[in-house]
Amino acid sequence: MRSEPVVQVRSLVKRYGGKTAVDGLDLTAQAGVTAVLGPNGAGKTTTVETCEGYRRPDSGTVRVLGLDPVAQSAALRPRIGVMLQSGGVYSGARADEMLRHVAGLHAHPLDVGALIERLGLGSCGRTSYRRLSGGQQQRLALAMAVVGRPELVFLDEPTAGLDPQARRATWDLVRDLRTDGVSVILTTHYMDEAEQLADAVAIIDAGRVIAEGTPEELCRGGAENTLRFTGRPGLDVGSLLKALPADCSAAELTPGAYRVVGKVDPQLLATVTSWCAQHGVMPDRISVERHTLEDVFLELTGKELRS
Amino acid sequence: MTTAPGTYAPKPGAAPLPRMIGRQAALETRMLLRNGEQLLLTVVIPTLLLVLFGSVDIVDTGAGPAVDFLAPGVLALAVMSTAFTGQAIATGFERRYGVLKRLASSPLPRWGLMAAKTLSVLVTEVLQVLLLTVVALALGWSPHGDPLSVVLLLVLGTAAFSGLGLLMAGTLKAEATLAAANLVFLLLLVGGGVIVPLDRFPSGAQDVLGLLPISALSDGLRSVLQHGAGMPWGDLGVLAVWAVVGLAAAGALFRWE
Repeated sequence: MRSEPVVQVRSLVKRYGGKTAVDGLDLTAQAGVTAVLGPNGAGKTTTVETCEGYRRPDSGTVRVLGLDPVAQSAALRPRIGVMLQSGGVYSGARADEMLRHVAGLHAHPLDVGALIERLGLGSCGRTSYRRLSGGQQQRLALAMAVVGRPELVFLDEPTAGLDPQARRATWDLVRDLRTDGVSVILTTHYMDEAEQLADAVAIIDAGRVIAEGTPEELCRGGAENTLRFTGRPGLDVGSLLKALPADCSAAELTPGAYRVVGKVDPQLLATVTSWCAQHGVMPDRISVERHTLEDVFLELTGKELRS
Repeated sequence: MTTAPGTYAPKPGAAPLPRMIGRQAALETRMLLRNGEQLLLTVVIPTLLLVLFGSVDIVDTGAGPAVDFLAPGVLALAVMSTAFTGQAIATGFERRYGVLKRLASSPLPRWGLMAAKTLSVLVTEVLQVLLLTVVALALGWSPHGDPLSVVLLLVLGTAAFSGLGLLMAGTLKAEATLAAANLVFLLLLVGGGVIVPLDRFPSGAQDVLGLLPISALSDGLRSVLQHGAGMPWGDLGVLAVWAVVGLAAAGALFRWE
Protein backbone atom coordinates (compact mmCIF):
# COMPACT_ATOMS: atom_id res chain seq x y z
CA MET A 1 0.00 0.00 0.00
CA ARG A 2 1.17 3.50 -0.75
CA SER A 3 1.98 5.67 2.19
CA GLU A 4 1.04 9.00 0.64
CA PRO A 5 -2.50 10.13 1.48
CA VAL A 6 -5.16 9.76 -1.22
CA VAL A 7 -6.87 12.94 -0.08
CA GLN A 8 -5.28 15.85 1.72
CA VAL A 9 -7.36 18.88 2.62
CA ARG A 10 -5.73 21.82 4.40
CA SER A 11 -7.60 24.75 5.94
CA LEU A 12 -10.40 24.48 3.38
CA VAL A 13 -12.91 27.35 3.42
CA LYS A 14 -15.97 27.43 1.19
CA ARG A 15 -18.75 29.99 1.41
CA TYR A 16 -22.03 30.24 -0.45
CA GLY A 17 -23.13 33.84 -0.39
CA GLY A 18 -22.87 34.85 3.26
CA LYS A 19 -23.08 31.28 4.57
CA THR A 20 -19.89 29.44 5.46
CA ALA A 21 -20.32 25.80 4.49
CA VAL A 22 -16.76 24.68 5.22
CA ASP A 23 -14.78 26.59 7.81
CA GLY A 24 -11.06 25.79 7.88
CA LEU A 25 -11.39 22.04 7.46
CA ASP A 26 -8.40 19.70 7.63
CA LEU A 27 -8.77 16.13 6.48
CA THR A 28 -6.26 13.47 5.53
CA ALA A 29 -7.44 10.20 4.07
CA GLN A 30 -5.02 7.32 3.63
CA ALA A 31 -5.49 4.41 1.26
CA GLY A 32 -8.45 2.27 2.30
CA VAL A 33 -11.99 3.25 3.20
CA THR A 34 -12.58 6.60 4.88
CA ALA A 35 -16.05 7.47 6.14
CA VAL A 36 -17.04 11.11 6.47
CA LEU A 37 -19.86 11.48 8.99
CA GLY A 38 -21.78 14.53 10.02
CA PRO A 39 -25.26 15.96 10.53
CA ASN A 40 -27.16 17.52 7.63
CA GLY A 41 -25.55 20.77 6.58
CA ALA A 42 -22.25 19.94 8.27
CA GLY A 43 -20.27 20.45 5.06
CA LYS A 44 -19.76 16.82 3.99
CA THR A 45 -20.99 17.14 0.44
CA THR A 46 -19.25 20.49 -0.10
CA THR A 47 -15.97 18.96 1.07
CA VAL A 48 -16.34 15.90 -1.14
CA GLU A 49 -17.42 17.96 -4.15
CA THR A 50 -14.38 20.17 -3.72
CA CYS A 51 -12.23 17.02 -3.84
CA GLU A 52 -14.06 15.95 -7.01
CA GLY A 53 -13.22 19.28 -8.66
CA TYR A 54 -16.79 20.62 -8.74
CA ARG A 55 -16.06 23.51 -6.39
CA ARG A 56 -13.16 25.90 -6.18
CA PRO A 57 -11.94 26.48 -2.61
CA ASP A 58 -12.32 30.06 -1.32
CA SER A 59 -9.09 29.39 0.55
CA GLY A 60 -7.02 26.42 1.60
CA THR A 61 -5.58 23.61 -0.49
CA VAL A 62 -7.02 20.32 -1.69
CA ARG A 63 -4.93 17.49 -3.13
CA VAL A 64 -6.44 14.28 -4.44
CA LEU A 65 -3.99 11.55 -5.47
CA GLY A 66 -1.44 14.36 -5.24
CA LEU A 67 -3.27 16.52 -7.81
CA ASP A 68 -5.16 19.80 -7.64
CA PRO A 69 -8.75 18.80 -8.53
CA VAL A 70 -9.46 22.05 -10.40
CA ALA A 71 -6.14 22.92 -12.06
CA GLN A 72 -5.22 19.31 -12.84
CA SER A 73 -8.73 18.08 -13.47
CA ALA A 74 -7.91 16.43 -16.81
CA ALA A 75 -5.24 14.25 -15.20
CA LEU A 76 -7.35 13.47 -12.14
CA ARG A 77 -10.74 12.66 -13.70
CA PRO A 78 -9.80 9.32 -15.29
CA ARG A 79 -8.37 8.15 -11.95
CA ILE A 80 -11.44 8.81 -9.78
CA GLY A 81 -14.98 7.48 -9.77
CA VAL A 82 -17.85 9.66 -8.61
CA MET A 83 -21.25 8.67 -7.29
CA LEU A 84 -23.49 11.69 -6.84
CA GLN A 85 -26.24 11.76 -4.23
CA SER A 86 -28.84 11.61 -6.96
CA GLY A 87 -29.31 11.86 -10.71
CA GLY A 88 -26.52 11.91 -13.24
CA VAL A 89 -28.24 9.80 -15.90
CA TYR A 90 -30.21 10.74 -19.04
CA SER A 91 -33.85 10.23 -18.11
CA GLY A 92 -34.46 8.28 -21.33
CA ALA A 93 -31.38 6.03 -21.05
CA ARG A 94 -31.51 2.40 -20.00
CA ALA A 95 -29.32 1.24 -17.12
CA ASP A 96 -27.05 -0.96 -19.23
CA GLU A 97 -26.85 1.67 -21.96
CA MET A 98 -25.69 4.38 -19.56
CA LEU A 99 -23.24 2.07 -17.83
CA ARG A 100 -21.78 0.97 -21.16
CA HIS A 101 -21.46 4.59 -22.14
CA VAL A 102 -19.50 5.56 -19.03
CA ALA A 103 -17.37 2.42 -19.46
CA GLY A 104 -16.63 3.55 -23.01
CA LEU A 105 -15.16 6.82 -21.76
CA HIS A 106 -12.42 4.82 -20.01
CA ALA A 107 -9.44 2.93 -21.41
CA HIS A 108 -9.71 -0.30 -19.38
CA PRO A 109 -13.25 -0.54 -17.99
CA LEU A 110 -14.70 -3.42 -15.98
CA ASP A 111 -16.81 -6.08 -17.65
CA VAL A 112 -20.14 -4.25 -17.81
CA GLY A 113 -22.24 -7.42 -17.95
CA ALA A 114 -20.65 -8.83 -14.79
CA LEU A 115 -21.11 -5.55 -12.93
CA ILE A 116 -24.77 -5.36 -13.97
CA GLU A 117 -25.35 -8.89 -12.75
CA ARG A 118 -23.47 -8.31 -9.51
CA LEU A 119 -25.54 -5.23 -8.62
CA GLY A 120 -28.83 -6.86 -9.61
CA LEU A 121 -29.46 -4.45 -12.47
CA GLY A 122 -30.03 -7.22 -15.01
CA SER A 123 -33.78 -7.14 -14.43
CA CYS A 124 -34.00 -3.48 -15.49
CA GLY A 125 -34.09 -4.61 -19.12
CA ARG A 126 -35.39 -1.92 -21.43
CA THR A 127 -36.72 0.30 -18.65
CA SER A 128 -35.61 3.90 -18.93
CA TYR A 129 -33.80 5.54 -16.00
CA ARG A 130 -36.73 7.70 -14.91
CA ARG A 131 -38.87 4.56 -14.43
CA LEU A 132 -36.31 2.65 -12.35
CA SER A 133 -36.91 2.33 -8.60
CA GLY A 134 -34.89 4.54 -6.28
CA GLY A 135 -32.76 1.58 -5.29
CA GLN A 136 -32.02 0.66 -8.89
CA GLN A 137 -31.04 4.25 -9.64
CA GLN A 138 -28.68 4.24 -6.66
CA ARG A 139 -27.03 0.99 -7.74
CA LEU A 140 -26.60 2.27 -11.26
CA ALA A 141 -24.89 5.39 -9.92
CA LEU A 142 -22.59 3.16 -7.86
CA ALA A 143 -21.80 1.02 -10.90
CA MET A 144 -20.99 4.16 -12.91
CA ALA A 145 -18.53 5.23 -10.20
CA VAL A 146 -16.53 2.00 -10.31
CA VAL A 147 -16.78 0.89 -13.94
CA GLY A 148 -13.72 2.89 -15.08
CA ARG A 149 -11.42 0.98 -12.66
CA PRO A 150 -10.48 4.09 -10.68
CA GLU A 151 -7.89 4.33 -7.90
CA LEU A 152 -10.22 6.34 -5.72
CA VAL A 153 -14.02 6.30 -5.51
CA PHE A 154 -16.21 9.00 -3.94
CA LEU A 155 -19.55 7.70 -2.71
CA ASP A 156 -21.98 10.33 -1.45
CA GLU A 157 -24.52 8.55 0.77
CA PRO A 158 -24.47 5.38 -1.34
CA THR A 159 -27.07 3.45 0.65
CA ALA A 160 -29.54 6.22 1.51
CA GLY A 161 -33.01 4.77 1.05
CA LEU A 162 -31.85 1.29 0.03
CA ASP A 163 -33.54 -1.89 1.24
CA PRO A 164 -31.43 -4.22 3.43
CA GLN A 165 -30.47 -6.54 0.56
CA ALA A 166 -29.30 -3.71 -1.66
CA ARG A 167 -27.44 -2.22 1.28
CA ARG A 168 -25.58 -5.49 1.83
CA ALA A 169 -24.75 -5.71 -1.87
CA THR A 170 -23.31 -2.20 -1.75
CA TRP A 171 -21.28 -3.00 1.37
CA ASP A 172 -19.93 -6.18 -0.21
CA LEU A 173 -18.83 -4.24 -3.27
CA VAL A 174 -17.09 -1.61 -1.14
CA ARG A 175 -15.26 -4.40 0.72
CA ASP A 176 -14.16 -5.97 -2.56
CA LEU A 177 -12.96 -2.61 -3.83
CA ARG A 178 -10.91 -2.18 -0.69
CA THR A 179 -9.46 -5.69 -0.96
CA ASP A 180 -8.43 -5.00 -4.55
CA GLY A 181 -6.66 -1.79 -3.56
CA VAL A 182 -9.25 0.83 -4.50
CA SER A 183 -9.57 3.63 -1.96
CA VAL A 184 -13.02 4.87 -1.02
CA ILE A 185 -14.25 8.15 0.45
CA LEU A 186 -17.74 7.58 1.75
CA THR A 187 -20.17 10.06 3.24
CA THR A 188 -22.97 8.54 5.22
CA HIS A 189 -25.59 9.12 7.88
CA TYR A 190 -25.50 5.47 8.91
CA MET A 191 -23.15 4.76 11.80
CA ASP A 192 -23.32 1.01 11.29
CA GLU A 193 -22.18 1.56 7.72
CA ALA A 194 -19.11 3.43 8.90
CA GLU A 195 -18.40 0.80 11.58
CA GLN A 196 -18.75 -2.00 9.05
CA LEU A 197 -16.73 -0.53 6.22
CA ALA A 198 -14.37 2.19 7.31
CA ASP A 199 -10.70 1.97 8.17
CA ALA A 200 -10.90 5.58 9.29
CA VAL A 201 -13.71 7.91 10.27
CA ALA A 202 -13.86 11.69 10.24
CA ILE A 203 -16.77 13.41 11.95
CA ILE A 204 -17.60 16.82 10.51
CA ASP A 205 -19.76 19.43 12.18
CA ALA A 206 -20.28 23.09 11.29
CA GLY A 207 -17.70 22.89 8.53
CA ARG A 208 -14.85 21.42 10.57
CA VAL A 209 -13.54 17.97 11.45
CA ILE A 210 -14.32 17.53 15.15
CA ALA A 211 -13.06 13.96 15.57
CA GLU A 212 -11.13 11.44 13.54
CA GLY A 213 -9.64 8.02 14.00
CA THR A 214 -10.49 4.37 13.50
CA PRO A 215 -14.02 3.37 14.51
CA GLU A 216 -12.51 1.51 17.52
CA GLU A 217 -10.52 4.53 18.64
CA LEU A 218 -13.53 6.78 18.43
CA CYS A 219 -15.72 4.32 20.34
CA ARG A 220 -13.14 3.85 23.05
CA GLY A 221 -12.40 7.51 23.51
CA GLY A 222 -13.65 8.53 26.97
CA ALA A 223 -16.83 6.53 26.71
CA GLU A 224 -17.77 4.24 29.59
CA ASN A 225 -19.25 0.89 28.86
CA THR A 226 -21.55 -1.42 30.75
CA LEU A 227 -21.72 -5.14 31.56
CA ARG A 228 -24.95 -6.60 32.90
CA PHE A 229 -25.74 -10.05 34.21
CA THR A 230 -28.49 -11.70 36.14
CA GLY A 231 -28.02 -14.28 38.87
CA ARG A 232 -29.16 -15.14 42.41
CA PRO A 233 -30.42 -12.10 44.31
CA GLY A 234 -28.28 -10.79 47.14
CA LEU A 235 -24.78 -11.60 45.89
CA ASP A 236 -21.87 -9.93 47.69
CA VAL A 237 -21.30 -6.93 45.45
CA GLY A 238 -18.46 -5.72 47.70
CA SER A 239 -16.51 -8.89 47.03
CA LEU A 240 -17.10 -8.51 43.29
CA LEU A 241 -15.92 -4.92 43.43
CA LYS A 242 -12.64 -6.03 45.06
CA ALA A 243 -12.01 -8.43 42.18
CA LEU A 244 -12.54 -5.67 39.61
CA PRO A 245 -10.06 -2.97 38.50
CA ALA A 246 -10.11 0.17 40.59
CA ASP A 247 -12.02 2.41 38.18
CA CYS A 248 -15.03 0.11 37.93
CA SER A 249 -18.29 0.27 39.81
CA ALA A 250 -20.76 -2.54 40.50
CA ALA A 251 -24.31 -2.58 41.82
CA GLU A 252 -27.40 -4.76 42.17
CA LEU A 253 -30.00 -2.63 40.45
CA THR A 254 -33.05 -4.81 41.14
CA PRO A 255 -32.93 -8.14 42.97
CA GLY A 256 -30.83 -10.46 40.84
CA ALA A 257 -29.90 -7.85 38.21
CA TYR A 258 -26.30 -6.69 38.41
CA ARG A 259 -24.48 -3.96 36.55
CA VAL A 260 -20.76 -3.34 36.19
CA VAL A 261 -19.67 0.01 34.71
CA GLY A 262 -16.13 0.67 33.52
CA LYS A 263 -13.75 -0.13 30.72
CA VAL A 264 -15.33 -3.28 29.33
CA ASP A 265 -12.78 -5.49 27.63
CA PRO A 266 -12.17 -9.26 27.43
CA GLN A 267 -10.18 -9.14 30.68
CA LEU A 268 -13.06 -7.58 32.58
CA LEU A 269 -15.49 -10.16 31.22
CA ALA A 270 -13.12 -12.95 32.34
CA THR A 271 -12.82 -11.38 35.80
CA VAL A 272 -16.58 -11.25 36.26
CA THR A 273 -17.18 -14.82 35.06
CA SER A 274 -14.36 -16.26 37.18
CA TRP A 275 -15.70 -14.41 40.23
CA CYS A 276 -19.08 -16.00 39.49
CA ALA A 277 -17.43 -19.42 39.19
CA GLN A 278 -15.68 -19.01 42.54
CA HIS A 279 -18.95 -18.09 44.17
CA GLY A 280 -21.00 -20.83 42.57
CA VAL A 281 -23.10 -18.34 40.64
CA MET A 282 -24.54 -19.25 37.28
CA PRO A 283 -24.74 -15.88 35.51
CA ASP A 284 -27.46 -16.12 32.94
CA ARG A 285 -28.02 -13.38 30.45
CA ILE A 286 -24.65 -11.71 30.47
CA SER A 287 -24.75 -8.70 28.18
CA VAL A 288 -22.13 -6.19 27.21
CA GLU A 289 -23.10 -2.70 26.10
CA ARG A 290 -20.24 -1.03 24.40
CA HIS A 291 -20.64 2.47 23.09
CA THR A 292 -21.35 2.52 19.42
CA LEU A 293 -20.18 5.04 16.90
CA GLU A 294 -23.69 6.43 17.06
CA ASP A 295 -23.32 7.22 20.78
CA VAL A 296 -20.02 8.93 20.07
CA PHE A 297 -21.52 10.83 17.16
CA LEU A 298 -24.47 12.08 19.20
CA GLU A 299 -22.19 12.97 22.10
CA LEU A 300 -20.02 15.08 19.79
CA THR A 301 -22.63 16.69 17.58
CA GLY A 302 -25.48 17.04 20.05
CA LYS A 303 -28.94 15.61 19.93
CA GLU A 304 -30.96 18.54 18.66
CA LEU A 305 -32.47 18.14 15.21
CA ARG A 306 -30.70 19.77 12.29
CA SER A 307 -32.41 21.30 9.34
CA MET B 1 -22.01 -13.99 -5.45
CA THR B 2 -18.24 -14.18 -5.51
CA THR B 3 -15.97 -12.12 -7.66
CA ALA B 4 -12.45 -13.13 -8.61
CA PRO B 5 -9.82 -11.29 -6.54
CA GLY B 6 -8.28 -8.44 -8.44
CA THR B 7 -11.39 -7.78 -10.53
CA TYR B 8 -11.53 -4.19 -9.30
CA ALA B 9 -7.78 -3.59 -9.15
CA PRO B 10 -7.22 -0.02 -10.35
CA LYS B 11 -6.38 0.39 -14.01
CA PRO B 12 -7.44 3.95 -14.74
CA GLY B 13 -7.24 5.74 -18.03
CA ALA B 14 -9.29 7.84 -20.41
CA ALA B 15 -10.44 6.47 -23.74
CA PRO B 16 -8.96 8.26 -26.79
CA LEU B 17 -10.60 11.67 -27.19
CA PRO B 18 -12.17 11.08 -30.64
CA ARG B 19 -13.74 7.87 -29.37
CA MET B 20 -15.15 9.63 -26.28
CA ILE B 21 -16.66 12.42 -28.39
CA GLY B 22 -18.02 9.95 -30.93
CA ARG B 23 -19.67 7.81 -28.25
CA GLN B 24 -21.09 10.86 -26.52
CA ALA B 25 -22.52 12.17 -29.80
CA ALA B 26 -24.03 8.76 -30.59
CA LEU B 27 -25.67 8.56 -27.15
CA GLU B 28 -27.09 12.09 -27.40
CA THR B 29 -28.46 11.35 -30.87
CA ARG B 30 -30.10 8.14 -29.62
CA MET B 31 -31.66 9.99 -26.68
CA LEU B 32 -33.12 12.55 -29.09
CA LEU B 33 -34.46 10.02 -31.57
CA ARG B 34 -36.05 8.05 -28.71
CA ASN B 35 -37.84 11.07 -27.29
CA GLY B 36 -41.37 11.43 -28.65
CA GLU B 37 -41.71 15.15 -27.97
CA GLN B 38 -38.39 15.85 -29.64
CA LEU B 39 -39.38 13.84 -32.71
CA LEU B 40 -42.65 15.72 -32.91
CA LEU B 41 -40.73 18.98 -32.95
CA THR B 42 -37.89 18.03 -35.27
CA VAL B 43 -39.52 15.60 -37.70
CA VAL B 44 -43.30 15.50 -37.52
CA ILE B 45 -44.11 19.23 -37.47
CA PRO B 46 -41.73 20.28 -40.30
CA THR B 47 -42.84 17.36 -42.47
CA LEU B 48 -46.53 17.98 -41.82
CA LEU B 49 -46.19 21.69 -42.56
CA LEU B 50 -44.42 20.90 -45.81
CA VAL B 51 -47.02 18.37 -46.91
CA LEU B 52 -50.03 20.39 -45.74
CA PHE B 53 -49.06 23.81 -47.08
CA GLY B 54 -47.33 22.33 -50.11
CA SER B 55 -50.41 20.47 -51.32
CA VAL B 56 -53.22 22.74 -50.15
CA ASP B 57 -53.27 26.43 -51.09
CA ILE B 58 -53.80 27.98 -47.65
CA VAL B 59 -51.25 30.77 -47.60
CA ASP B 60 -50.54 32.90 -50.68
CA THR B 61 -46.87 32.17 -51.28
CA GLY B 62 -46.49 34.31 -54.40
CA ALA B 63 -45.69 33.22 -57.91
CA GLY B 64 -44.58 29.65 -58.70
CA PRO B 65 -45.38 26.34 -56.99
CA ALA B 66 -45.98 26.66 -53.23
CA VAL B 67 -43.41 23.97 -52.49
CA ASP B 68 -40.61 26.07 -54.01
CA PHE B 69 -41.41 28.74 -51.42
CA LEU B 70 -42.08 26.33 -48.56
CA ALA B 71 -39.18 23.89 -48.81
CA PRO B 72 -36.44 26.44 -47.92
CA GLY B 73 -38.55 27.79 -45.05
CA VAL B 74 -39.20 24.32 -43.65
CA LEU B 75 -35.48 23.49 -43.89
CA ALA B 76 -34.79 26.61 -41.82
CA LEU B 77 -37.47 25.49 -39.36
CA ALA B 78 -35.84 22.06 -39.13
CA VAL B 79 -32.49 23.64 -38.22
CA MET B 80 -34.16 25.79 -35.58
CA SER B 81 -36.12 22.86 -34.13
CA THR B 82 -32.97 20.81 -33.59
CA ALA B 83 -30.25 23.35 -32.85
CA PHE B 84 -32.40 25.68 -30.76
CA THR B 85 -35.59 24.17 -29.39
CA GLY B 86 -34.54 20.54 -29.09
CA GLN B 87 -31.06 21.26 -27.82
CA ALA B 88 -32.28 23.84 -25.31
CA ILE B 89 -34.90 21.51 -23.83
CA ALA B 90 -32.64 18.44 -23.73
CA THR B 91 -29.67 20.32 -22.26
CA GLY B 92 -31.90 22.10 -19.74
CA PHE B 93 -33.12 18.78 -18.38
CA GLU B 94 -29.64 17.25 -18.47
CA ARG B 95 -28.51 20.12 -16.30
CA ARG B 96 -31.48 19.71 -13.99
CA TYR B 97 -30.99 15.94 -13.57
CA GLY B 98 -27.25 16.17 -12.90
CA VAL B 99 -26.21 14.57 -16.20
CA LEU B 100 -23.94 17.48 -17.06
CA LYS B 101 -22.54 17.40 -13.54
CA ARG B 102 -21.83 13.68 -13.63
CA LEU B 103 -20.21 13.88 -17.06
CA ALA B 104 -18.07 16.77 -15.83
CA SER B 105 -16.23 14.35 -13.51
CA SER B 106 -15.82 11.74 -16.26
CA PRO B 107 -12.72 11.67 -18.48
CA LEU B 108 -14.66 13.54 -21.20
CA PRO B 109 -13.62 17.23 -21.06
CA ARG B 110 -16.35 19.86 -21.06
CA TRP B 111 -15.44 21.12 -24.50
CA GLY B 112 -15.61 17.51 -25.68
CA LEU B 113 -19.17 17.29 -24.38
CA MET B 114 -20.06 20.48 -26.26
CA ALA B 115 -18.39 19.14 -29.42
CA ALA B 116 -20.43 15.94 -29.07
CA LYS B 117 -23.63 17.95 -28.70
CA THR B 118 -22.81 19.88 -31.86
CA LEU B 119 -22.03 16.66 -33.71
CA SER B 120 -25.31 15.16 -32.55
CA VAL B 121 -27.21 18.24 -33.75
CA LEU B 122 -25.49 18.04 -37.15
CA VAL B 123 -26.27 14.34 -37.53
CA THR B 124 -29.92 15.00 -36.71
CA GLU B 125 -30.03 17.86 -39.20
CA VAL B 126 -28.60 15.68 -41.97
CA LEU B 127 -31.39 13.16 -41.33
CA GLN B 128 -33.97 15.97 -41.32
CA VAL B 129 -32.65 17.53 -44.54
CA LEU B 130 -32.66 14.13 -46.28
CA LEU B 131 -36.24 13.41 -45.22
CA LEU B 132 -37.57 16.88 -46.06
CA THR B 133 -35.76 16.92 -49.41
CA VAL B 134 -37.33 13.61 -50.40
CA VAL B 135 -40.80 14.82 -49.34
CA ALA B 136 -40.36 18.17 -51.12
CA LEU B 137 -39.13 16.50 -54.32
CA ALA B 138 -42.16 14.22 -54.21
CA LEU B 139 -44.31 17.37 -54.03
CA GLY B 140 -42.64 18.70 -57.16
CA TRP B 141 -39.88 20.84 -55.68
CA SER B 142 -37.24 22.08 -58.12
CA PRO B 143 -34.31 23.51 -56.14
CA HIS B 144 -31.72 25.86 -57.70
CA GLY B 145 -28.49 27.49 -56.66
CA ASP B 146 -25.09 26.62 -55.30
CA PRO B 147 -25.06 23.79 -52.71
CA LEU B 148 -22.07 25.45 -50.99
CA SER B 149 -24.19 28.52 -50.17
CA VAL B 150 -26.86 26.24 -48.76
CA VAL B 151 -24.37 24.34 -46.55
CA LEU B 152 -22.85 27.59 -45.32
CA LEU B 153 -26.29 28.96 -44.43
CA LEU B 154 -27.22 25.75 -42.59
CA VAL B 155 -23.95 25.69 -40.63
CA LEU B 156 -24.09 29.36 -39.61
CA GLY B 157 -27.79 28.97 -38.77
CA THR B 158 -26.93 25.97 -36.59
CA ALA B 159 -24.22 27.96 -34.80
CA ALA B 160 -26.60 30.88 -34.20
CA PHE B 161 -29.43 28.70 -32.89
CA SER B 162 -27.10 26.51 -30.79
CA GLY B 163 -25.68 29.56 -29.03
CA LEU B 164 -29.18 30.83 -28.20
CA GLY B 165 -30.41 27.38 -27.17
CA LEU B 166 -27.46 26.71 -24.88
CA LEU B 167 -27.73 30.21 -23.42
CA MET B 168 -31.32 29.45 -22.46
CA ALA B 169 -30.56 25.93 -21.17
CA GLY B 170 -27.58 27.08 -19.12
CA THR B 171 -29.27 29.98 -17.37
CA LEU B 172 -32.99 29.21 -16.93
CA LYS B 173 -34.70 26.47 -14.97
CA ALA B 174 -35.51 23.37 -17.01
CA GLU B 175 -39.27 24.00 -16.90
CA ALA B 176 -38.81 27.63 -17.95
CA THR B 177 -36.57 26.50 -20.81
CA LEU B 178 -39.18 23.97 -21.91
CA ALA B 179 -41.93 26.60 -21.99
CA ALA B 180 -39.84 29.40 -23.48
CA ALA B 181 -38.20 27.24 -26.16
CA ASN B 182 -41.58 25.99 -27.37
CA LEU B 183 -43.06 29.48 -27.33
CA VAL B 184 -40.15 30.90 -29.31
CA PHE B 185 -40.46 28.02 -31.78
CA LEU B 186 -44.12 28.83 -32.34
CA LEU B 187 -43.60 32.61 -32.64
CA LEU B 188 -40.70 32.26 -35.05
CA LEU B 189 -42.59 29.66 -37.06
CA VAL B 190 -45.25 32.29 -37.73
CA GLY B 191 -43.16 35.46 -37.79
CA GLY B 192 -39.90 34.23 -39.29
CA GLY B 193 -40.80 33.80 -42.94
CA VAL B 194 -41.08 30.02 -42.66
CA ILE B 195 -44.57 29.48 -44.08
CA VAL B 196 -45.89 33.05 -44.11
CA PRO B 197 -43.95 35.40 -46.41
CA LEU B 198 -42.52 38.36 -44.47
CA ASP B 199 -44.11 40.82 -46.92
CA ARG B 200 -47.51 39.94 -45.44
CA PHE B 201 -46.47 41.89 -42.30
CA PRO B 202 -46.59 45.72 -41.96
CA SER B 203 -43.38 47.29 -43.26
CA GLY B 204 -42.16 48.42 -39.79
CA ALA B 205 -42.55 44.88 -38.45
CA GLN B 206 -40.84 43.46 -41.55
CA ASP B 207 -37.62 45.38 -40.78
CA VAL B 208 -37.47 43.97 -37.27
CA LEU B 209 -38.56 40.44 -38.20
CA GLY B 210 -36.00 40.37 -41.01
CA LEU B 211 -33.20 40.58 -38.45
CA LEU B 212 -34.28 37.39 -36.61
CA PRO B 213 -32.01 34.41 -37.20
CA ILE B 214 -34.90 32.32 -38.52
CA SER B 215 -35.81 35.03 -41.05
CA ALA B 216 -32.20 35.38 -42.19
CA LEU B 217 -31.91 31.61 -42.59
CA SER B 218 -35.22 31.13 -44.41
CA ASP B 219 -34.66 34.20 -46.58
CA GLY B 220 -31.12 33.15 -47.44
CA LEU B 221 -32.15 29.58 -48.27
CA ARG B 222 -35.04 30.85 -50.34
CA SER B 223 -32.96 33.31 -52.34
CA VAL B 224 -30.56 30.50 -53.25
CA LEU B 225 -32.88 27.50 -53.60
CA GLN B 226 -35.91 29.28 -55.11
CA HIS B 227 -34.31 32.10 -57.06
CA GLY B 228 -30.85 30.68 -57.73
CA ALA B 229 -29.16 33.77 -56.28
CA GLY B 230 -25.43 33.90 -55.45
CA MET B 231 -23.96 33.90 -51.96
CA PRO B 232 -26.52 35.73 -49.71
CA TRP B 233 -23.99 37.81 -47.79
CA GLY B 234 -26.56 39.93 -45.96
CA ASP B 235 -28.31 36.92 -44.45
CA LEU B 236 -25.00 35.19 -43.68
CA GLY B 237 -23.90 38.38 -41.91
CA VAL B 238 -27.03 38.46 -39.74
CA LEU B 239 -26.56 34.79 -38.83
CA ALA B 240 -22.87 35.34 -38.05
CA VAL B 241 -23.70 38.16 -35.64
CA TRP B 242 -26.30 36.01 -33.87
CA ALA B 243 -23.82 33.12 -33.72
CA VAL B 244 -21.04 35.21 -32.19
CA VAL B 245 -23.31 36.95 -29.69
CA GLY B 246 -25.21 33.78 -28.75
CA LEU B 247 -22.18 31.53 -28.34
CA ALA B 248 -20.21 34.17 -26.44
CA ALA B 249 -23.12 34.79 -24.06
CA ALA B 250 -23.64 31.04 -23.59
CA GLY B 251 -19.92 30.55 -22.94
CA ALA B 252 -19.90 33.30 -20.33
CA LEU B 253 -23.20 32.59 -18.57
CA PHE B 254 -23.72 28.82 -18.88
CA ARG B 255 -24.05 27.18 -15.46
CA TRP B 256 -23.36 23.46 -15.30
CA GLU B 257 -25.46 22.81 -12.18
